[in-house]
Amino acid sequence: MKPAPFDYVRPGSLAEACELLAGDEDARLIAGGQTLVPMLAMRLARPARLIDILRLPELAGIRAEKGAVVVGATTRQAVAERDPTIAAHVPMLARVLPWVGHPPTRNRGTIGGSIANADPSAEIPLVTVTLGADIMLATPDGPKSIAADDFFMGPMTTSIGQGECIGAIRFPVWPHKRIGVGFFEISARRSDFAFVAATAQVALDEEGRCLAVALGLGGVGDRPLRLDVSSLVGTELDAADMKDAVHAASSGIDAMSDLHASAAYRRRVAVTLCIRALEQARAEAAANPAEAAR
Amino acid sequence: MKVELRINGVARSAEVEPRKTLLDTLRENFLLNGAHAGCEHGVCGACTVLIDGEPVRSCLMFAVQADGYEITTIEGLAPVPGELSVIQDAFCETHGLQCGYCTPGMILAAHALLQRSVTPTREDIVEAISGNICRCTGYGQIIEAVQFAADRMRVANTPRANAPADKSEAEAK
Amino acid sequence: MNADPKTFRFVSTNRRVREDRRFVAGQGHFVADVALEGMLHVAVLPSPHPAARIVSIDATAALAMPGVHYVLTGEELAAATDPLMNGLDTPLVRRHPLAVGQVRYAGEWVVAVVADSRALAEDAAEKVYVSYELLPFVISAEDALKPDSPPVHPAHGSNVLLDRTFVWGEVEKHFAESPRQLSFRVTWGRSSTVPIETFGVAASWDPWREMLDVWASIQMPKYPDQIARSLRIPANGVRVHQDVDVGGSYGVKRGIKQTVLVAHLARRLGRPVRLIEDRLDNMGGGDAHGPDRIFDVEIAFNDDGIVKSMKMKALDNAGAYAGRAPFQLGKPIGAIVGPYQIQSVQYRAQSVTTNKAVQEAVRGFGQAPTNYAIETAIDKVAAALGLDRIEVRRRNFIHKEQFPYLIPSGSTYDSGDYHTVVDKVFSHIDFPAMERERDRLRASGLLAGIGIAACLEPSGANSAFEPLLNEKNTTTTWMDSCRIVIDGLGFVTVTIHNTSSGQGHETLVSTVVGEVLQIEPDLIRVIRPDSLACLPSNSPVGSRMAIMLGGAAFHAAQKLKTKLTRIGAHQLCLSEDKVVYAAGGVTASNGGNQLGWMELVNIAHRHYHLLPVGMEPGLESTHVMQVPTGGALPRDGRVQMYPCHSFEFHVVLMAIDPALGKPEIRRYVIGHDCGTVINPHIVRGMTLGGIAHGLGAALLEEFVYNDEGQLITQGFMDYLLPSSHEVPEVEIVHHCTPSPFTVFGQKGSGESGYLGAPAAISSAVNDCVRALGISFNKLPIRISAIGDAIADTQQHRQQEQTL
Repeated sequence: MKPAPFDYVRPGSLAEACELLAGDEDARLIAGGQTLVPMLAMRLARPARLIDILRLPELAGIRAEKGAVVVGATTRQAVAERDPTIAAHVPMLARVLPWVGHPPTRNRGTIGGSIANADPSAEIPLVTVTLGADIMLATPDGPKSIAADDFFMGPMTTSIGQGECIGAIRFPVWPHKRIGVGFFEISARRSDFAFVAATAQVALDEEGRCLAVALGLGGVGDRPLRLDVSSLVGTELDAADMKDAVHAASSGIDAMSDLHASAAYRRRVAVTLCIRALEQARAEAAANPAEAAR
Repeated sequence: MKVELRINGVARSAEVEPRKTLLDTLRENFLLNGAHAGCEHGVCGACTVLIDGEPVRSCLMFAVQADGYEITTIEGLAPVPGELSVIQDAFCETHGLQCGYCTPGMILAAHALLQRSVTPTREDIVEAISGNICRCTGYGQIIEAVQFAADRMRVANTPRANAPADKSEAEAK
Repeated sequence: MNADPKTFRFVSTNRRVREDRRFVAGQGHFVADVALEGMLHVAVLPSPHPAARIVSIDATAALAMPGVHYVLTGEELAAATDPLMNGLDTPLVRRHPLAVGQVRYAGEWVVAVVADSRALAEDAAEKVYVSYELLPFVISAEDALKPDSPPVHPAHGSNVLLDRTFVWGEVEKHFAESPRQLSFRVTWGRSSTVPIETFGVAASWDPWREMLDVWASIQMPKYPDQIARSLRIPANGVRVHQDVDVGGSYGVKRGIKQTVLVAHLARRLGRPVRLIEDRLDNMGGGDAHGPDRIFDVEIAFNDDGIVKSMKMKALDNAGAYAGRAPFQLGKPIGAIVGPYQIQSVQYRAQSVTTNKAVQEAVRGFGQAPTNYAIETAIDKVAAALGLDRIEVRRRNFIHKEQFPYLIPSGSTYDSGDYHTVVDKVFSHIDFPAMERERDRLRASGLLAGIGIAACLEPSGANSAFEPLLNEKNTTTTWMDSCRIVIDGLGFVTVTIHNTSSGQGHETLVSTVVGEVLQIEPDLIRVIRPDSLACLPSNSPVGSRMAIMLGGAAFHAAQKLKTKLTRIGAHQLCLSEDKVVYAAGGVTASNGGNQLGWMELVNIAHRHYHLLPVGMEPGLESTHVMQVPTGGALPRDGRVQMYPCHSFEFHVVLMAIDPALGKPEIRRYVIGHDCGTVINPHIVRGMTLGGIAHGLGAALLEEFVYNDEGQLITQGFMDYLLPSSHEVPEVEIVHHCTPSPFTVFGQKGSGESGYLGAPAAISSAVNDCVRALGISFNKLPIRISAIGDAIADTQQHRQQEQTL
């Protein structure tokens, strides 16, 4: 399985990359290549030109801002997995990263690449949607920011336009003292694309009441979904409340059916894993002492 | 296009099409046949090489992307021709292979683990080789080989490339 | 031969497997490493349709592309070569490497493009335009049986390749007499061994020597013969280089269509040509799929759970050509009753063509699916009577004292002690503790269960299933060979005459020869000459090499030992019974004069005047060995199949989270008796690898065709191979019941683990869900199916409760 022929160019700057991209319909960006190269090998993608952005300094780096952590698009997944800023401030991302692909694919695959690929069961897009992250794009008309919710449009489909390139992802950081994260996924083999993946983040006050909650579901629909469980805010997140909230939030979700899992399975297990993720997040938050310094 | 690569500590160059993978370049241009093609879509791991010490699927990289890194192939592990590294010898000791096709990739994945982990748990080893599929062994004797090598390396005089962690990976998570 | 392990010096000791050394250094010699001067590369164009007439092929654009040398069509190839061999008497089911006139499955190779590189060949293949006229197609075996199903081979008249019923013993009488009966269906989904290295072959034609040289990733009996026949050249004009390392095969690398294709091109183009299947070629059109089988089973038994008789119908979906599929229905006849004293059997073997890819010989050659059916039967007998599953097995097992034991279908099982193996496994596990653990898991809210499987691994191989299913085939010879040379400096070189794919043959042979000659095995070199320099061999198939190669090496070494002893005796002026051979030297029995190795070697090689009269100079011996116990043609539908029968007993503790349906193996124990073990590392590796294969077949792997006849599992994203995360730690409990038919008492173990793991894992899943009234009767058992079945049952129960 050899790819169809293409030209290869490595621009020296992001601006140059966008210009090249904008001017050529048959050009594609390549960074880590972990999802693109298999498609090239199977000739499912046949760009005439690859524009390599992996080493552009503008796309690299992880930095803390006020209320957010900004992760450069070409940050390798393995680097993000070990990064202390992400571990401290975006615990949900840190939690899912060991489950993304395999160690060798995380050594090359990038955060931005996974997001651009937009597989409905991919964990990194799921985190962006759950937390309400912003996808920051470089475009020929200047930088643009899109909410993750609006960025993912369907299976392998994003709102990215001709000439646009993901520059960075802005993950919101919760200010609360007591935060916990939950994550569960089910797949045929460990690290396959998940049939169902659920991520949750919970913040509690000193008495254990919910101050904030976020819940996301991947692998079920045609893109990652944020579920509205805001009714849980102010409650003590007991089992019955969580179950009701998840049922309400997940009713009417269109589930995919394929060789690996039926729609019925996905819908049913979605509810189970959402509840478990919330419970895990609650327990983790509750284990944080109320006066912990952050 | 001309590519300048550093392979097993040596600067090598080749003239390749952009679409030629690092795997095919290693094998055809440099006759380093230890990396093998198993699926060419990044799942089986038979093509594994080390890029700056970390395992990577060479079938998912193009040679034109591979400049500026230290590339290590299985041929670069032996201390001198005819001798085996501790890990290679461990695989012989426990019979951690049968047909040998997945073996170079498997050994490189194990090598990378043992460079950063002094006392890997069974779970650490399983995770480290989880990207390398073996159809012959059922993994049991492979895991034993890595454990055996880890034990030997703990008492050996050979320094490791990276500063080894005191805790296992599993503990650190 | 005394098989007491305590008397062995090298056999059964933990020696390193010498082949490992070159592989850990990346110095294997696989077919993709073979680079010949001027070599050209092949890419194939597959059919997009499951059935269609080929109307036209236009290669003009492809031939105009840079670096393209040739485009080969099926018509041209069929004119220049004979069709590939059929095993059954079905001459109108013709098979060629490239489709001729019509395509018969989606993925079938239609055109081969030859270019300077594989990439250029693929570019050009996209520019070959084939126009098709669609034909009706059939995918399911049951549909193919219907008289109105579209025949895959119209000239053959129907889709039935084989429909043969055997009746061994008084089946109807036993059924009439038995107080109890049950019947069930189980389905073995189409999977295969899927080695990490695909099939590849390189060929080169030398017109000056009229010699075809072939390098291939091959595991195929009579490979040079079949190449010669198809290419219509003398068999001694084919030279297969058997020192090519094979990256895993487990049966399937027969590659004859690929070889004929490449050989023809090499001859036609006057340049070496190589085809390495890429993964898509391999999965879709490499013709290396495995059994695809529906079993309908009826059992007659009594209230004590003793099974008296069995009726089994096995309907197998061969795919578009006969391949080895029909014989994969025949080989299990040699162990059709499993390890049990079932007294009579009716067996109906049906093989049908459909528009799927073709099967090849998969590890066990049909035994693993058959064991799955037999073990399901025993579990159901136990359930029907409320008896313990292990107790029912114990009651039905053949007893140690009954061996050699003749089964109804005509094979004799050589030896076994099944009860002891089970006892040993239980004492190792502490079975009551495992049951308590199961109960504890259940109490915690999980589903939990224990899976059991007991089965045989027939080993040693012959091809008695061929004359059994095709009377025109009268082959009864199934041989293997070994040659030993001790050179003028006293070094030992052994030649073996087959290819290897990781079974450690060099280690096996050096151990055996070292044992007999009482010299250090590591000083013995083992090489594989090319096929023209080889003695007859039938390849490492049917779990035969420990028995056959071990046997041939043993006998060849014995001949040399005898010769050395005679030389020594003659030199010492003593009769042979007055001297002793030990550790490479000959001594007078009553002590005193001694002749060492080098003295004996020198006499043989240099001192003709000191040789016994009439003795050939030098030190070399060969032995060609027929398989033990085999050698007769079938009679009345009965025949002796393989000589030796290893035994395995699996116990699997499993838990399933009912909300998720994902089976998790908590503990895996296998009791394994393969007689005398020649190299423990090798046998252990086979067993662990076999269990991993079996786990894949039970839970993960399937070649799935959709209703449009398209293969939807063509890559490794959808065809799921177990990784290190999926395969549990396995505990192996050994027992040794030597075979009376082999030189050390060894039996085969090349298929161990795989033959029983699918049955054991299926049994475990079913034990987990039994209390819910569910069972699964099709492999692979997917997580989604488990989850949905549990949910449906729970929903029904809730509904019942609310009513």
